[in-house]
Amino acid sequence: MNITTEKKEVTGQIADLKAERLRSRESVSIWRSALRRLLRRKSAVLGLIMLGVLVFVALTADIIAPYDPEQVLIGVEENVRMRQPPCIHLLGCPRDQPQHLMGLDGNVRDQFSRVIYGARLSLLVGFTTVSFAIVIGTLLGSIAGYIGGRLDNFIMRLMDVLLAFPSLLLAIAIVSILGPGLINALLAIGIVSIPAYARVARASVLTVRGMEFVEASRALGGGTSYILFSRILPNSLTPLIVQGTLGIGTAILDAAALSFLGLGAQPPTPEWGTMLSAERNQVFTAPHLVFYPGLAIMLTVLAFNLIGDGLRDALDPRLAQSGAD
Amino acid sequence: MITYILRRILSSIPVLIGILFVTFALARLIPGDPCRAILGEKATEKICADFAVRHGLDKPIPVQFAVYVGEILRGDLGTSLRYGKPVTELIVERLPTTVELSLAAMVFSVTVGVPLGIISAVRHNSVVDVSTMLMANIGVSMPVFWLGLMLAYIFALLLKGTPLQLPPSGRLSPGMSIPPFFEVWGWEVDGALRSILAFLGGFNLLNSILTWRWDVFLDAVKHMILPAVAVGTIPLAIIARMTRSSMLDVLGQDYVRTARAKGLPRSKVVLKHALRNALLPLVTIIGLSLGTFLGGAVLTETIFGLSGVGRVLYDAITARDYGVVQSFTVVIATFFVVLNLIVDISYVYLDPRVRLD
Repeated sequence: MNITTEKKEVTGQIADLKAERLRSRESVSIWRSALRRLLRRKSAVLGLIMLGVLVFVALTADIIAPYDPEQVLIGVEENVRMRQPPCIHLLGCPRDQPQHLMGLDGNVRDQFSRVIYGARLSLLVGFTTVSFAIVIGTLLGSIAGYIGGRLDNFIMRLMDVLLAFPSLLLAIAIVSILGPGLINALLAIGIVSIPAYARVARASVLTVRGMEFVEASRALGGGTSYILFSRILPNSLTPLIVQGTLGIGTAILDAAALSFLGLGAQPPTPEWGTMLSAERNQVFTAPHLVFYPGLAIMLTVLAFNLIGDGLRDALDPRLAQSGAD
Repeated sequence: MITYILRRILSSIPVLIGILFVTFALARLIPGDPCRAILGEKATEKICADFAVRHGLDKPIPVQFAVYVGEILRGDLGTSLRYGKPVTELIVERLPTTVELSLAAMVFSVTVGVPLGIISAVRHNSVVDVSTMLMANIGVSMPVFWLGLMLAYIFALLLKGTPLQLPPSGRLSPGMSIPPFFEVWGWEVDGALRSILAFLGGFNLLNSILTWRWDVFLDAVKHMILPAVAVGTIPLAIIARMTRSSMLDVLGQDYVRTARAKGLPRSKVVLKHALRNALLPLVTIIGLSLGTFLGGAVLTETIFGLSGVGRVLYDAITARDYGVVQSFTVVIATFFVVLNLIVDISYVYLDPRVRLD
């Protein structure tokens, strides 16, 4: 009798050990294989490289930028004029003239330096708005999904109402009330993007909620917040990561649009949308002032979109197997 | 079927009430006294007290909300300080330009996006596929206002003097105008009917066809190309990607293999069997893109000198005419909900499986 119990216990322990080893190997290999799949996609690698360059430029703006982004060059340099086209020595611009890779803007400031500093602001805009939206959205969505019932109904109907507005217009309405300015624009874009994350979080919480390990946790006496934050959320992270990466691109585009409408960053802040807006009427006479900030916005958003697409395929094995994208 | 439609209509009522509530709440959240915000320096104690009584600001919040909803249901959206006109009148006057632009953009994005998506799916992983998807990725990453400005620069300045030159602003060339069709036809109408006919007459393309003025029609088309391409590019990229992935899904299914196995030519299988099923999600995507079209119109109209709803909104923002911004938000959001309702209902006709759910 005793021997049988002991034998059973030992077998049980061995089985547990095996399961644990398997689980740990699996948990490593899921992320590792996702990374491998991500790096196999040329477009995602391109996106990562572009993002790397951008982050580098943003971090070292003080060193790379030849001028202060807000410095007016009249009286500082000779032979400078308003909206001067680019002067690049390698491309045949006379050596005696100061080099301005992207020309000078309407206030005689170095456009290249302004574009460089703009990277800092745009990345900041993307990360802060999306972080804000992810935190609030995930909180709302996971509470709705986990608790269910009337609270779920109330939260999700509220999200439906927010989704009923075209996002840019709602952001415009919010900023018009808060007053123009970068911080208010960020807040507006953050609020507008909450529903997307709330929906994603709710959906994945609903999927995970019924799984055995959650029930086991509950049976062991885990409290609601413990189960939600330590057990369920870590297991519903992947769709949020994907949505977040793609969301950064959209947030940067929306922030640029608000600035273009005069509701976001105010001059002389070197923000790409504001820079574009300031010189929009000069597109025929000084196209370089419109071209470069727009190109910078496009490349930044493209980097996040490429990475986001890659992550979606890498983190969703179903898609990867079917080769649908 | 009818139950589904009714249920769908009923389910959008809470959303509409929610929209009204959100815009109402936004209006009440303005920091400071609305009287001082609107009247500025003219606001004295006495005037502000009168102002509060006149606008019902002294009443409890639920009563204020009821009054607000009542005003909107009667079509009273307030008056624009900048234009000195009722907002409703502004919308009727300016909406045709925006709707025409959105429709042109939609036609562009669907007629180019769908074929591109099909070719990419059929020639999966080919050069065409890879380059289309790269272009699509670039397309969704472009700020619409930048694309508009660049198109204007390329087609109005760089290509000046070539047959590809296109006008960068306005709806018609200077000096070219046509009276609305009902006046040309000698109809004498007034009241609501006249407003409706004037609204329809505001669509230049329609009006020029109805009055048989092909010179005006061509001119209007020329003016429409650049803004439509600018507004349509992002949805085009999304549509191409969606068509591709849903075609790939369908092409891998058994019935497609069966169709091929029984000897049908590939083109017939792709266009008749696969495409019909692959296009269903597209209806949803077009519905979801309506917001992009409208948002794009707001940003593009100012660039191309078009006096549509977007332009009014832009002017209202710059003149801090915030009441107009809110009224427009209500109108556009309602419009958006109704359009999505129509898309959902049309889906039932297109896909019998939806009815079974």
